[in-house]
Amino acid sequence: MEKRAMLIDYGYCTGCHSCEVSCRKKNDLRLDEWGIKVNEVGPQKFSNGKWEWDFVPVPSSLCDLCEDRIAEGSKPLCELHCLAAVIRVVPVSEVSSCLESMDKDKVAVYLP
Amino acid sequence: MEKEYSDWHDNPTMRSWHPERLNARSECTISDVNDLNKPWRFEEDGLTVTRTSPWSPPGCHPVGCSLKLYTDEDGKLVKVEGDENNPVTQGRLCVRCLTLKDYIYNPSRILHPMKRDPKKRGDADAWEEISWDEAFALIKSEYDRITKEYGRESIVCFAGTGREGGTMAPFGSRMLCTPNYCYSQSGYACYVPRMAASSYLLGAAYPEIDYAGGLPGRYDDPEYEVPECIVIWGKEPLPSNPDGFFGHSVIDLMRRGTRLIVVDPRANWLSTRADYHLQLRPGTDAALSLAWINVIANEKLYDAEFVEYWTYGFDELVERAQEMPPSRAAEITGVPEEIIIESARMYANATPAAIAWGLALDQKANGMQVGHCLIALMAITGNIDVPGGQRIGDKTMGLNEAGFGFEEGLGQELIAKMIGAKEYPAYCGLILNSHADLTLRAMETEDPYPIRMGFYAGNNLLSCTSAEPERWMKAINGSMEFVIAFDTFMTPSAQATCDVFLPLATIAEREGVVQTHYGSSPVTMGFMNKAVTQGEGMSDMELCFNLGKVLNPHLWDQYEDIRDFIEHLRLGKKYCYEDIRKEVVLQRYVGYRKYETGLLRRDGKPGFNTSTGRVELWSYAFHRFGDDPLPYYIEPQFGPESSPELMEEYPFILTSGARTYAFFHSENRQIPYCRELNPDPLLEINPEDAKRKGIVDGSWVKAVNQFGECVMKAKVSPIVKEGVVHAQHAWWFPEQDGNDHGGGAYDTFRSNINNLVPNFHFGKLGFGAPFKCMICDVVPISESYDTDMDEIWEKFGKLV
Repeated sequence: MEKRAMLIDYGYCTGCHSCEVSCRKKNDLRLDEWGIKVNEVGPQKFSNGKWEWDFVPVPSSLCDLCEDRIAEGSKPLCELHCLAAVIRVVPVSEVSSCLESMDKDKVAVYLP
Repeated sequence: MEKEYSDWHDNPTMRSWHPERLNARSECTISDVNDLNKPWRFEEDGLTVTRTSPWSPPGCHPVGCSLKLYTDEDGKLVKVEGDENNPVTQGRLCVRCLTLKDYIYNPSRILHPMKRDPKKRGDADAWEEISWDEAFALIKSEYDRITKEYGRESIVCFAGTGREGGTMAPFGSRMLCTPNYCYSQSGYACYVPRMAASSYLLGAAYPEIDYAGGLPGRYDDPEYEVPECIVIWGKEPLPSNPDGFFGHSVIDLMRRGTRLIVVDPRANWLSTRADYHLQLRPGTDAALSLAWINVIANEKLYDAEFVEYWTYGFDELVERAQEMPPSRAAEITGVPEEIIIESARMYANATPAAIAWGLALDQKANGMQVGHCLIALMAITGNIDVPGGQRIGDKTMGLNEAGFGFEEGLGQELIAKMIGAKEYPAYCGLILNSHADLTLRAMETEDPYPIRMGFYAGNNLLSCTSAEPERWMKAINGSMEFVIAFDTFMTPSAQATCDVFLPLATIAEREGVVQTHYGSSPVTMGFMNKAVTQGEGMSDMELCFNLGKVLNPHLWDQYEDIRDFIEHLRLGKKYCYEDIRKEVVLQRYVGYRKYETGLLRRDGKPGFNTSTGRVELWSYAFHRFGDDPLPYYIEPQFGPESSPELMEEYPFILTSGARTYAFFHSENRQIPYCRELNPDPLLEINPEDAKRKGIVDGSWVKAVNQFGECVMKAKVSPIVKEGVVHAQHAWWFPEQDGNDHGGGAYDTFRSNINNLVPNFHFGKLGFGAPFKCMICDVVPISESYDTDMDEIWEKFGKLV
């Protein structure tokens, strides 16, 4: 199967935890085990008065990018349920063109 | 009798949505995968998939997010996924529905009717399982006895925020036949103060921001314009989906260029992305909004044509706003003068612009005045009923539920007995509810008459809704001889005060209809399809119909069955439920600038549905009710200006009730995956204040004021300003004992911030309560109440 990567424009991630819970329900993970985990950076107020407050989901080694779902033509569950629609799993060959088309900064690419 | 149904295709406001055409999520996720255009039920890999568009429970507001429920051959729910075929949510789901299985099959869920001797209220071990027949017979006998002796007005039906197609007013008006349907929050400090402003000034229900939910092309529809600016005022739409507004639509719009102004005492995720964050002192919103009117009027930034043709009382409003120059508002609110001026300009100059106005407005006495100002701002900037502005329904839409069968069910004599109808007609007449505080007084004093029976229609009032909750508990237990709870889980309220517990069906176990925004300006209409049976739970519609037939058969014989009742209550008697439910979700198209075309008024004339036909900036209705016809600012009842003598003892401004993703109000505490996201009740305090008080992050503190106290876990965070603390609401601990060991059932009074909020602090017309603008002190304590997540998993993680 074509190699895939997870793209997250975390500048829009609102920290809703839908990715975490979707993944744990699918993989039957117990509490405190994570296939993807939302990390919080901030809130902090810089001396220039601007705020920075980001949520950054990070997939763990348990993440297989929902290969089974992709194989049957479905989206990975974290991508389907993400309230802010910040997660996309795309072929690695398309990553750079995806990044080109995104006008915001704060994008992370993972090969979990 | 053969029924004559209409074809919904003939209704120009109802449309199906074709998801393959467009995608509202983002440019990059146009999907050719997943289950687009699948029927309402289909088979997949040996599982049956049922598509449904529900509301609650588990709790939420009426978005009608669509779900796919996968069941196996035994009818057991195997998994839940978001359904891509919903025009608004497009498959997105929050943790409360993603954990639906943990809710349905939770070992602590109540699946059968139960009774308990009223003498043993509070005894968690005294419940006895009974059949529905026995439950109905018991209710019938108590109902007949009590109504014979004290009249039907001696019954109070306590409502919550609604969980089916509305707040289920027929529980009061037709099942129990009492005029005292009561939302037990002081001053109805939720939604209705805003509704009062919009109903009386605009002649329409609740103008929601236009997020293109009802348009076939969504954000790319040729009729739509992306708002240049959205003002988020006292609202946290992302976790709360307030009143059916899918909060993450704001993110969709930000991606399309919308800029934000956020008015909130706390920094939140949206405020950190906003051009302006007006971090005002809690409860001073009216001063700020009057100052915006001042700037926009004096700098002539308003829409002169709309003002001239479609508003009434503009000159008087401008004159009133002169009393609140930005400099004065800056002193009152703590927001710098130049920020007030610049943000007002940004809002007024943006075309179109929309204001998402939130609950914070309601949670102050006279919060309705802020609503008045915001309606005025929407109007004078020409943003009402335009694409990308404020969306309002047409004359056929609205909150018809409250009036459904009301007069037939009650009769004029009983209606006149509604508690508070004489004192606060603007409140009671608008929502057909008894006044919350006066209902409390009636229970305590028998004035105007004794209260003897109660019914909880989705209201855990001791944990969530009511101010001074122990006072409410004593009032209920001191007055009511018979109280019925109807819920999915045993709640502290039911445990402490009820005699019969009736099990409630979850969204997977019921049929019904959900309209966004309570039907007043809907973008979608969703239909619930039953996929699962677990225990003996009934839906709200089923209980209303079945118990109604037992208690007051003369009002129910006209309905053939439950679906017939659904068709009458939710579908205007027009459409066949069996057919329309297969659509799962339909869009509702309301069109724009309906004030020009006569679609807002019953008489078909152009204009708004008010006595002047215009948006009343100077309000005849408020004048008639005895209030000031123009908006005004008054200080919160407690604070540095109103009660300086108390500030030494209680130096913090206390605000409460910000929403979380993990919970809907008092729900979901027994869902381990939700609880893990927020194990303990949090109180946010600024780092400087924490240092001064010797409070470290994660330690436990006591919040205390002249009305009461509670313990919370400190979250030291810069998102609140120095001198302001915020406390989470609606806490109880289902893992604790249901028997009261001093902290209430399931320790619900231990960490209940409403202990610090008084009743009877509403405004002149009866609206509002100071849930979000109190004062308190915060002191460190040595005890720890940290939740043990292993215990939560042990008790609730093993599904049945």
